[in-house]
Amino acid sequence: MKKSVLFGALTVTGLVAGAAQAATLDEVKERGELNCGVVTGLAGFGAPDANGVWEGFDVSVCRAVAAAVLDDPTAVNFVPTTGQTRFTALASGEIDMLARNTTWTFSRDTDLKFDFVGVNYYDGQGFIVPTALGVSSAKDLDGATVCIQTGTTTELNLADFFRNNNMSYEPVPIETNAEGQQQYLAGACDAYTTDASGLAATRATFENPADHVILPEIISKEPLGPLVRHGDNEWADIVRWTLNALIAAEEYGVTSANVNELAAAPGSNPEVNRLLGTEGELGAMIGLESDWAKKAIAAGGNYGEIFEKNIGENTPIGLARGLNAQWTNGGLIYAPPFR
Amino acid sequence: MTTTSEPPKAGFHPSQLIYDTRYRSLTIQVIAFIALMLGLSWLVSNTVANLQALGKDFDFGFLGQRAGYDINQRLVEYDSTSSHARAALVGILNTLLVAVLGCALATVIGVLAGVLRLSKNWLIAKLMAVYVEGFRNIPLLLWILLIFALMTEATPQPRDFREGGDAAMILGDTVAITNRGVFIPAPFWGAGAGILLAVLLLSLVAIFFWRRYAHRTQEQTGRILPIGWGTLGLLLVPVTVAFLALSLTSGRQVQPVLATGASEGMTLADYAGSQQAINACTVPFSTESLNLRRLMRANDLRFNLVPVADGAEAIAAAEAGRCNILSLPASTIAASVPAGAVALSDTITRGNPVEFERPILGGFNFEGGLQLRNSLIALWLALSLYTGAFIAENVRGGILSVSKGQTEAAFALGIKPSRTMRLVILPQALRVIIPPMISQYLNLTKNSSLAIAVGYMDVRSTLGGITINQTGKELEGMLLLGLFYLVTSLVISGAMNVYNSSVKLKER
Repeated sequence: MKKSVLFGALTVTGLVAGAAQAATLDEVKERGELNCGVVTGLAGFGAPDANGVWEGFDVSVCRAVAAAVLDDPTAVNFVPTTGQTRFTALASGEIDMLARNTTWTFSRDTDLKFDFVGVNYYDGQGFIVPTALGVSSAKDLDGATVCIQTGTTTELNLADFFRNNNMSYEPVPIETNAEGQQQYLAGACDAYTTDASGLAATRATFENPADHVILPEIISKEPLGPLVRHGDNEWADIVRWTLNALIAAEEYGVTSANVNELAAAPGSNPEVNRLLGTEGELGAMIGLESDWAKKAIAAGGNYGEIFEKNIGENTPIGLARGLNAQWTNGGLIYAPPFR
Repeated sequence: MTTTSEPPKAGFHPSQLIYDTRYRSLTIQVIAFIALMLGLSWLVSNTVANLQALGKDFDFGFLGQRAGYDINQRLVEYDSTSSHARAALVGILNTLLVAVLGCALATVIGVLAGVLRLSKNWLIAKLMAVYVEGFRNIPLLLWILLIFALMTEATPQPRDFREGGDAAMILGDTVAITNRGVFIPAPFWGAGAGILLAVLLLSLVAIFFWRRYAHRTQEQTGRILPIGWGTLGLLLVPVTVAFLALSLTSGRQVQPVLATGASEGMTLADYAGSQQAINACTVPFSTESLNLRRLMRANDLRFNLVPVADGAEAIAAAEAGRCNILSLPASTIAASVPAGAVALSDTITRGNPVEFERPILGGFNFEGGLQLRNSLIALWLALSLYTGAFIAENVRGGILSVSKGQTEAAFALGIKPSRTMRLVILPQALRVIIPPMISQYLNLTKNSSLAIAVGYMDVRSTLGGITINQTGKELEGMLLLGLFYLVTSLVISGAMNVYNSSVKLKER
């Protein structure tokens, strides 16, 4: 009987691992659909709208990749993943890429066998507390009950933060952001901690956002970015350079409004020409058509447009560009040259 | 004579393997077995090859690495610097805790509901039918989530217990029901707790012999001794007497509070004012520690507790400067006061053999006492109610399996109805009830892995959840998890089988 359990587990892994082998690009093309892992629901970053259509900052990356590869930004099968299930889903081949506010860390890049293709949001971990609690600093949280999503880097940062400051706390493990929000609003925890962007997005959905304050301390670096499996470098290149194309497009002033016009004929800026495929053969080098970047940009706009539309200052989430401004504006967002 | 002939002694032909019914089934079994083994070896080699292709190795070294995450409910010492193996142990103990609590409550609920469903009282019988059908036919996960939602949404937050809030503690300010759990008083063991425990054990032994004596007397003479009252008396009287005696002799002893760097006759409040921080060396879970904390709380002091094993270690810690206040357990020699320590004018009493610490509202939450987290309560209640419904049906079936003639015969002999049930019906029903009960216990234990739905940190959440996620060792983690549930289930069914063979029908 002990054996049957062992082999049962082996069967599942064996079958699942078997699927992960073939070249991802060919598989996606054959399927005609991109399997993209996203968050289970985080306003602004990835959530279905009233019609069930997924939208958000991370979702736009999936759509851009689908547009570049399949020429159809809607050919995406969104797979909602929790903090605990996301890595298994990617490692097993259930999804082709993961675009779900996931922090780039050493062990995830090496030991877990993933490739982070870049950073689409520079974030840090913060705390949100009810204003009524009268807490003005995270250092005042000694003895507090803190809601925390399990299986995340924030969970580890939280343990380290309280340990370093010689404070005690009671973790309340939760599975998804929605659950955390419900527990926090019910008062089952004094504070909720996750990436500061996530806190802003969550607070925007509260009935009275003003009753809650995000504490000033940012206790960690959280570079969030899309990732793919280790080993399929061609596929990693496609996802990496699609993200870079969106970023470069903003830098060179290519927007969803003027991309078709710019791509119609070679213009005066050779970098834009190479990006949009009117000059050179960059598309062929990664196994795509020459106008792949044009399609990706047309899908949802450039990086700046995606930011402003989903999480920018004119949205309920209201995040400033800050660290996520272009390098030319003093931020960290920077795409390597297209040549 | 010569007409009788020997049966022809034919040699064995390979074709007999198929055409001879004596060998055919054997042939089929051998072929099926080989096919099965080939299938298995294909699965194993496929897994090995794919793991290699993914660049993942198969080893259990991750168990020794630092876990890095915190767990709220821990029955053994654990913090974020402990290893993944330790985290798994914490999870295993949490699983076993909820399984044991669940099995016990489910049995009580199940037996009650099963008996009451056969009641002649129409209302009670129908109510029990509604309970059984309601819980049996709705998925367990829904019940867990429903009870958890009720516990968190319908109960007050700790801060509502502050002055001006609309919530209050119950049972003489000893129990607080909050949306983070139920806080109840926690027992602390003082001097003489060992004696108390010994008395309790002796009472249990005495109860055993009393019951045996009573049964034997009844069998031999027919005289019925008061078993229930005797048991109750033996259980309560010696322990109460011992508790009172110990309390009177040592419990009210006054004990000094020692402080380093204090001057003679200082009060605790004055001393606290002269120090940067108060660090108190105490033996955890001792009544001295409890009484010292009560004193410090009464003075509105903020303090850190430095746990020490005994008086000698407390003195060493005070001399090393790790703490500046200490209370010495009774076993310490009174003269061996640490260098530079002076008794304050405030004193504490040694405390009774057992004292209870009440939960007190602290900064964010209740402090002290025992916290039964909502996740534990929701999981426990849901598992018990759900499994109880199945057990109720087993019990009902068992009772119905005993023929009505048994009851009538017992009544004809003039045996009271309650005794009829206990001495005639149930012993016969048990042999029908026990075997399905074993699988209900197994179900409950395995169903406890739904704990993650309410954030209860069982082994599925620690080893099978966070550890796997942080280390990427899915296969190893899941194998260990499977092994744990397998071993637990086999142990439970083994133990229940032993009990089953003791109650089953014995034929001579």
